[in-house]
Amino acid sequence: MAPLSDDQATEESDTDTLALPGDGLREGIVDDLRERIGDALIDAHISPNDDLWVRVTTDGWKDTGTALKAAGFDHFCFLSAIDWMPSPYGTGEDDPDAEPKEPDTEIVQGVTGGETRLQVFARLTDLDRHVGITIKADVPDDEPLVDTWTESFAGANWHERECHEMFGIGFVGHPDLRNMYLPTDFEGHPLRKDFPLLARMVKPWPGIVDVEPMPEFDEEEKNDDQKEDESTEGESS
Amino acid sequence: MTMLSDRQQLSYIASQAADARLNVELETEGMTLNIGPQHPATHGTLRIICRLDGEQVVWAEPSAGYMHRGYEKLTEVRTFPQVTTLINRIDWLGSFANEVPFILAAEKLMEIEAPPRAQVIRTILFELSRIANVSLFLGDLGVQMGAITPVFLAFRDREYVLNLIEGATGGRFHPNFDRIGGLKDDLPKGWIDETRQVMIKLQQFCDTIEDLLFGNEIFQSRMRGIGIIPADIAKSYGLSGANLRASGIDYDLRRDQELPMAWDKADWRVWTHPDGDSFARCWVRLQETRESCKIVEQLLDQIPAGPIMTKVPRIIKVPEGEAWVATENPLGEMGYYVVSKGDLGPFRVKIRSASFNNISVVPWALKGVYVPDVITILASLYFILGDIDR
Repeated sequence: MAPLSDDQATEESDTDTLALPGDGLREGIVDDLRERIGDALIDAHISPNDDLWVRVTTDGWKDTGTALKAAGFDHFCFLSAIDWMPSPYGTGEDDPDAEPKEPDTEIVQGVTGGETRLQVFARLTDLDRHVGITIKADVPDDEPLVDTWTESFAGANWHERECHEMFGIGFVGHPDLRNMYLPTDFEGHPLRKDFPLLARMVKPWPGIVDVEPMPEFDEEEKNDDQKEDESTEGESS
Repeated sequence: MTMLSDRQQLSYIASQAADARLNVELETEGMTLNIGPQHPATHGTLRIICRLDGEQVVWAEPSAGYMHRGYEKLTEVRTFPQVTTLINRIDWLGSFANEVPFILAAEKLMEIEAPPRAQVIRTILFELSRIANVSLFLGDLGVQMGAITPVFLAFRDREYVLNLIEGATGGRFHPNFDRIGGLKDDLPKGWIDETRQVMIKLQQFCDTIEDLLFGNEIFQSRMRGIGIIPADIAKSYGLSGANLRASGIDYDLRRDQELPMAWDKADWRVWTHPDGDSFARCWVRLQETRESCKIVEQLLDQIPAGPIMTKVPRIIKVPEGEAWVATENPLGEMGYYVVSKGDLGPFRVKIRSASFNNISVVPWALKGVYVPDVITILASLYFILGDIDR
């Protein structure tokens, strides 16, 4: 093959990088992961031409991180948690004058389902294939503990610290689970849904209010004219 | 771990041995040095606790949280359109760019798309906020090393960009201009011509900074070979943006994912640098500013006619679902994981901000460096406090 000139080479690499991951690739990733971690993979969900979710068992959480790193997902994006319990304080935009609604207590997990109130989720990216994956795992209600990812991904350190103080999830094997933001003697876990948002407790949300209509331009002009008239009248008298 | 990542550790051990030979006579004692929370190098209130042995850092730990505002909790009691007001304040130097991924995530859940005109204007404003952000970084870089002139140049030329953003959106720092389904307003008359002139000025600014700083011998000796972050470390810490590309990884979310934005309509390139040191990170940012100017210049000629807002209901309810959208913001990959339960407001929003990951590498990067280099490494990693604490 004739050697490519520089220009051609860049052009070709450009088209290569523009090839976006398809659902076939995502299915392949799920199959590959199933081979690597076996039964730990509970569910997978592919949103067509968009994104990929998998849910793994709590025990398989750590192995999933290691397996995905080995499978090419070596860019650590984030790690956090979701509290699926509906907030007992309402969503915040309710009208305080309206009849108080029966608070919703049903816990409904999102994409790929789940069984517990708290779930950890993380996202990893494969920088070569330009594809990302969201991994979820249940966190037991009675003992919110999962394994740490810090051995596979050094960046998980801070994210787990944040997650620990905000959701009260312990990460087994984490080197240093100190608080990042909150004072050391702070009680409660602010991002859990049963932690009240004090600002809303002190001053309730006024509800959805209609914005006042903008004054008509003509009226404004008229008012200005009147003022001018008045002022000139005052001068003349 | 690669050879490169061992280099810092090896140099540290070697210098420790050298020090030990000296210290037979001059015993040094470890000391703790607090940099910040009030220090010009910390862009706000970040505190770096350094454990020193002589002039060398043995252990360093950033202490964030002086500015935590709890946006993830606050978004849960806001409606979708109200959230943009909050997230404007995450990276306050490039505010408009913060709004875009959230709006795109909401639009993804609603399965709507902004009209082409709005997409192009969004991209232009996105790139303008990148220029406003990174041009300040380029000026600030000099100040960290005692050169005063670049920062005046940066503030002068950044003002032109801020004026443009203000002209189009009405807000200099917090535009709050992006809406679900489009934009708040169309561009004002004469804005396009003005932008073209400003882009020429900004490209001249980049040339000036390159002459003033990047060609400067002192600058190079303080930047080259300092604070090397190899590619595998960068990936495992989740660095993004210029910090990642400076470690030789060719990845840019503007190019490498499909979004209803207009980056693919312009001809531009992604710059990388193989060195991974402080100089590389700064250099990549300089090139990116130039590329941004090019993108804006090209897109100004391609703004299609048409509406700027698609049809959305007056009271926006976002259907149930989960969506992740990330864009290549001035500081790096910024993304929102939005969980909606079909209400007026989001159920949970995870804000993945670039600086949080970028600064988590500091304990690794500062090990074994000398005290003056702490400042240049922090400067080159480039963080905004609001982007760490959220």
